[in-house]
Amino acid sequence: MSPLTRTRRVAPPAGDPAGAGRRRRRIRHMTTVDRVVVAVLLGIPLLLSLAFIWIPALTTVLLSFTRWNGVGGLHAKACDPALPSILNNGCVNGVQNYHQAATNYPQFWPAVQHNFIWLGVFVAIATPLGMLFAVLLDRNIRGSRMYQSALFLPVMLSLALIGIIWEFVYSQDYGLINTVIGRDGGSDAIDWLGDPDLNLWAVLLEATWRQAGYVMILYLAGLKAVDPTLREAALIDGANGRQTFWRVIFPVMRPINIVIMVITVIESLRAFDLVYITNKGINGLELLSVLVTSNIVGETQRVGFGSALGVVLLLISLVPISVFLHQTFRREEKQ
Amino acid sequence: MSVVDRPDSVVGSPTRRTLLRGVGGAGLTVAAGGLLAACGDSEPESGKSSGPVAGSTVTFGSNYSDPATRTAFAALTDSAAGATKTKIKINTVDHNSFQQNITSYLQGTPDDLFTWFAGYRMQYFAAQGLAEPIDDVWEKIGGNFNDVAKKLSTGLDGRKYLVPLYNYPWVVFYSRSLFKKNGYTVPTTWDAYMALCKKMKSDGLIPIAFGDKDGWPALGTFDILNMRLNGYDYHVKLLKHEVPWTDQGVYSVFQHWAEMMPYVQSGANGRVWQDAAKALESRKAGMMFQGTNQVAAQFVSDKADLDDLDFFPFPAINPKWGQDFMDAPTDGFMLSKKAKNSSGAKAVLEYIGTGEAEAEYLKTDQWDVGLAQGVNVPTYNAIQKKSAAEIGKCKAVAQFMDRDADPAMATAMISVIQKFIDDPATSGIAALQKSAENQARAIYT
Repeated sequence: MSPLTRTRRVAPPAGDPAGAGRRRRRIRHMTTVDRVVVAVLLGIPLLLSLAFIWIPALTTVLLSFTRWNGVGGLHAKACDPALPSILNNGCVNGVQNYHQAATNYPQFWPAVQHNFIWLGVFVAIATPLGMLFAVLLDRNIRGSRMYQSALFLPVMLSLALIGIIWEFVYSQDYGLINTVIGRDGGSDAIDWLGDPDLNLWAVLLEATWRQAGYVMILYLAGLKAVDPTLREAALIDGANGRQTFWRVIFPVMRPINIVIMVITVIESLRAFDLVYITNKGINGLELLSVLVTSNIVGETQRVGFGSALGVVLLLISLVPISVFLHQTFRREEKQ
Repeated sequence: MSVVDRPDSVVGSPTRRTLLRGVGGAGLTVAAGGLLAACGDSEPESGKSSGPVAGSTVTFGSNYSDPATRTAFAALTDSAAGATKTKIKINTVDHNSFQQNITSYLQGTPDDLFTWFAGYRMQYFAAQGLAEPIDDVWEKIGGNFNDVAKKLSTGLDGRKYLVPLYNYPWVVFYSRSLFKKNGYTVPTTWDAYMALCKKMKSDGLIPIAFGDKDGWPALGTFDILNMRLNGYDYHVKLLKHEVPWTDQGVYSVFQHWAEMMPYVQSGANGRVWQDAAKALESRKAGMMFQGTNQVAAQFVSDKADLDDLDFFPFPAINPKWGQDFMDAPTDGFMLSKKAKNSSGAKAVLEYIGTGEAEAEYLKTDQWDVGLAQGVNVPTYNAIQKKSAAEIGKCKAVAQFMDRDADPAMATAMISVIQKFIDDPATSGIAALQKSAENQARAIYT
């Protein structure tokens, strides 16, 4: 038996000097090899997360206070508004990027609004829809496997492909909807993807089509894992279907619910592919992720400005993340 | 790690610091730049070499990624390799990725030569110190080009940076048979153009086919209206922000556009230009204003009746300018600042700047036209012959808004113009102009 287990079994009384001695001995038992292994196992992930997450994130924050077109170096001089932009490259711009984004970048506020609409639709429509599908399929209705595959199919397609598939449904000249309602080609055709009042909702329908399947499969897995004796007990206690679900099954699935909540928030904040495929995220389909990309990736990069938009997206993402972490840690403390 | 660097650090010598800066800048873009930069194999030493040309290898970064242009480009480089006795290694990258990564590509380990565009877009990269001037090449090929082509190849510092290959005009396409059947005549003035549109509409046609889902096609309409109304110099000044966007000249551009809008295919913001071209092919639409590189190329790939396709230059509006100007975007080649084999690359450029080389390229390309004077291309079709003639008549050619302006400004104008297309009321023009001006101030200063 190793000294480690022995320590655990025979808990030393408080203030016992022997206990402290044992603990010291336990550390001494970590050989050099152990220490190297621990250092490597902790060090590699630490370095990776520094190199690929923390340093880029902090650099983005720093860059958001500069003007830089991606060529040459940065310097500590303040930008001079009297100079042409090409001579002002790499200068410190203060909060000007944020100010510009909020005041005279027409795409900014629509993008923020669309990100929130996206989140709202996922929370209020896609997730409940996925849950409903899962609950219905869990009842083992006839052909449930077929429905399951049909609903899950969109999840297996890449979002880029989904954008292309729905193009055939929405196109005003040869699209399915306009053809069915007899409005294809003419001037009375409905411009589903071009009209800025319609296109966000049209794209959200595509996104929901996929997201509901995603939520369904996660939820279905959760439902299958619920102990059937709970249902039986609820049945014996005289609970009806609704009561059984909301009072017994739903609370038991708390871990799955949290996973789904996190996925919903992440999926809606990282929304990008569908709008980019549809029209590069312009004219009614602006999203913060698209604005970041269109400013940073490109021939003439506005790296500072794009970084400022990235920081805004980061701040928005921090809200649900901190709420989630706060909730999780509070629960752990209680237990 | 410090992001703030001394201003004296130079682009030419990538150090660990510049590399780290690259990582920082790419923080949110998932290091997209690495894609191209990784193609090279080692650091360039001095950027200049004076070794023998024959037998040396010249690397060529190419965005000619479509099958047809790729074949034409291969024919061009094969004959260039034969003429200069060099080996040419082509590194083809999808043209969108090429354009998006150009900045990091040119700062990393670029190929000796790379494909690029004339106009402000070329001047911008030359001014950043990413391209090598090629005045010595132009001393030899200068006689092959006219003044327009020379101007298009000159940077802001007055030195030459580009060897042009071909260009293509932006004109009004129409179907010959449809015009004949309905007795339409080619309009040369704005009034005749509007009258023709009205006639077509009453005949049940879509007068002007239009698709602007990608955002950029409408920029061409802005360009031509501005050049017809205010002239070439005004247009270029506006795009360099030497004239404010709130100017009356811009107002009259949108005003004329608003007059045209009732005849333009509706729902343009939701239609790609290829679908608009299909309306022209099927003779549902009477006319379409776009580049031959797009419309004629679409007819070729759809195997539509190319012989029935004809075009005319956009009608005159202001008699002062007549039909003197048009958009004719020019593509060509530049020498990287960090080229490893610059003497070999210059020899290749000298060859490409000849009519013979252009003719070799245009054997496979059915929609562009060569720029060299007196270039003899026996394979030209009717569209190409007419393109060359019409470009030749122009007093100046613009390069298209995203090549004549800072691309960030062109992007801003895409959304301004799409808003206009959604609601082309003259009452909204002033607000759009103000938005454009505010964004121009942020971009150009």
